[in-house]
Order: sequence, then structure tokens, then C-alpha cells
Amino acid sequence: MRFLIYRYNPETDAKPYMQAYDLDIDAGNMMLLDAILLIKAQDETLSVRRSCREGVCGSDAMNINGRNGLACVTPLSGLKEPIELRPLPGQPVVRDLVVDLSQFYKQYRSIKPYLINGDPEPEIERLQSPEDREELDGLYECILCACCSTSCPSFWWNPDKFVGPAGLLQAYRFIADSRDQATAERLDNLEDPYRLFRCHSIMTCVDVCPKGLNPTRAIGKIKEMLLKRTV
Amino acid sequence: MVNRIVTGAHYGMRDWLVQRVTAVVMALYTLFMAGFLLTHQPLYYADWSHLFQSRLVRLTSLLFLLSLYLHAWVGMRDIFMDYVKPVGIRLMAQVAVILSLVAYAAWSVQILWGIQ
Repeated sequence: MRFLIYRYNPETDAKPYMQAYDLDIDAGNMMLLDAILLIKAQDETLSVRRSCREGVCGSDAMNINGRNGLACVTPLSGLKEPIELRPLPGQPVVRDLVVDLSQFYKQYRSIKPYLINGDPEPEIERLQSPEDREELDGLYECILCACCSTSCPSFWWNPDKFVGPAGLLQAYRFIADSRDQATAERLDNLEDPYRLFRCHSIMTCVDVCPKGLNPTRAIGKIKEMLLKRTV
Repeated sequence: MVNRIVTGAHYGMRDWLVQRVTAVVMALYTLFMAGFLLTHQPLYYADWSHLFQSRLVRLTSLLFLLSLYLHAWVGMRDIFMDYVKPVGIRLMAQVAVILSLVAYAAWSVQILWGIQ
């Protein structure tokens, strides 16, 4: 199988280039990450991030044949050759397939991704009804792999000001949490032409999410709540 | 002035709403116009002129055009926000668009009420 992999070492290379690798393997049940690790065994200078290798940690997010995804849960057999691997788009490249996600994490931090509740701490836990808990389904599963935000043109143009689909999904995760008491502050924080309204619902985030989540719907819910408090 | 990233303008909902409402107005008017054109084939100037003698048609046409201008304003501003980074140039571009759209609105009134 033929692979074309983006190579760039900012310290030594004047500009990025694509390097070809060939593997004599049968795709079978292999995932893309397995093949990348075989390539890395051949050429140890190739830099790539991975950890859990089962779609839970989100480390090996990359651009696979033009589409963001997790290498560890992408079946090799479904990919067209040559398989082109590039780093997540729009982010500064640290080396090869490894990008600097500082901007992404900064946006995540800006939505205060933790429960805000001023009530005295209960002895055991803050209870939720099963129905309230259900509200969090499709939101809490996000692993912050950055596939969605880095496939979003609005995030490419304004990564410093637009929260991005991942951050907004998480923002709604806390707005939707019955135990959180900071809804008004959270909405204030998002009511901004850049932070929230750069989203034009083109749904590339939904298209690429390896966990099958729907940031566009969450963003729609936030807009709905803003509308509710406006009219 | 330090070069800080500033957000927190606390607006945006209204523009978002305007874009949606104006889209609905334009869609309805388009259906009406398409219906009229399909039922008046071949179209003669007399039919066209007769249609616009009605004050209701003139007003709905004006509503359609104003919706178009408001919609265009939100869209143009979005484009400037994404692609025009220098604040001065962006402001000038936005002012130019606003002034043109206001002029178009006045012109629209003149055209609609000028049809004989």
C-alpha cells in the first residue's frame, strides 16, 4: 500500500513536502494507525501522536485523504490509495503530523468547562433525574480530538476569536446540565458576533466527528436559548 | 494600545434573527412572483403594470427589497469579519456597504412607485 505523508520539521526544512512510503501489507482488519506505526518502525524520524489506539484519547487526529479523523478508528480497507496523511488543517505544525493545539485549548478553557454551582456541597453527590441526565447525551462524549474545529472554515479564519464547534458543544454541555447555575453568565460569554455567531451551520463538524456527535445542533440550542431570552 | 484580542461585543442575536426572517420574506415573495409569472405567459407590459398598480404589491415588493438589503448587510458584514483583518479598512468597507444599501432602498421606492 502506498502512503503519502506530510513531512515538515520547522527547524531544518524550508517548507513542507510529501514523502512516499510503501508497505507490503494486507489491509484486512487493520486500522490506519497500525500502518502508521509500521511506517514509523521503518522511518523513526516520522512524528505522530497516539496513545490509547482505540478512539478514546483523541491524540491521533489527522487529515486522512482530505478529511479529518482519528487514525486509530479508521479502517485501512476503506481508504483510497495513495493514502494522503496531513496534519490537522489551520494549526501551526510542530513537526510532521503533530500540530500545536494551544489555540484550540484556549477556546475550550474560555467557556469554563466545569460545573459552576454556588450551593453548599452535598454530603455525597449532586443528584440529577434520569431525564436531566439524558440532556447530556451527545454532549459529554466529546474527546476534544479537534477534528471538528480544525475542519471548520470559521475556525480557520478566526481561531483566536471564534470558540469553534468543540468549544461550543462543551459550552452547551454545561448550559444543559441541570446542576449548573451559571447559564446567564455562560450565555453572556457567548453572545458575541465572533465567539458564537461565526458559525453559519455548514456542518463540516458533524460530518467529521469520529464520535458521531452533532456540534451544529448544540450550537443551534445555544442560539435558541439566546433567542428565548431576547424576545 | 496593547495588541489584545478583543471579543465580547454582546450582539449578534439580532443579526442572526434578521438573516432568518428576511430569508423567509424573500422565499415567500419569490413563490408569489414565480406563481404570477407562470400564470401570465406570455407576459405583457399591461399585466406587469396592472400588477404594480396595487398598493399591496408595491408594499410587499418593497418589503422583499428591504429584506434583501438587510440580508445582504448581514452577509457582507460576515464576509468582512472573516476576510478583512485591518480594522480601518473593514470599517470603511462596512460603511460603504451601508451607504450603498440605503441608497438602493431609496431608489427602490422611486422605481416601485414610478411604475405607470
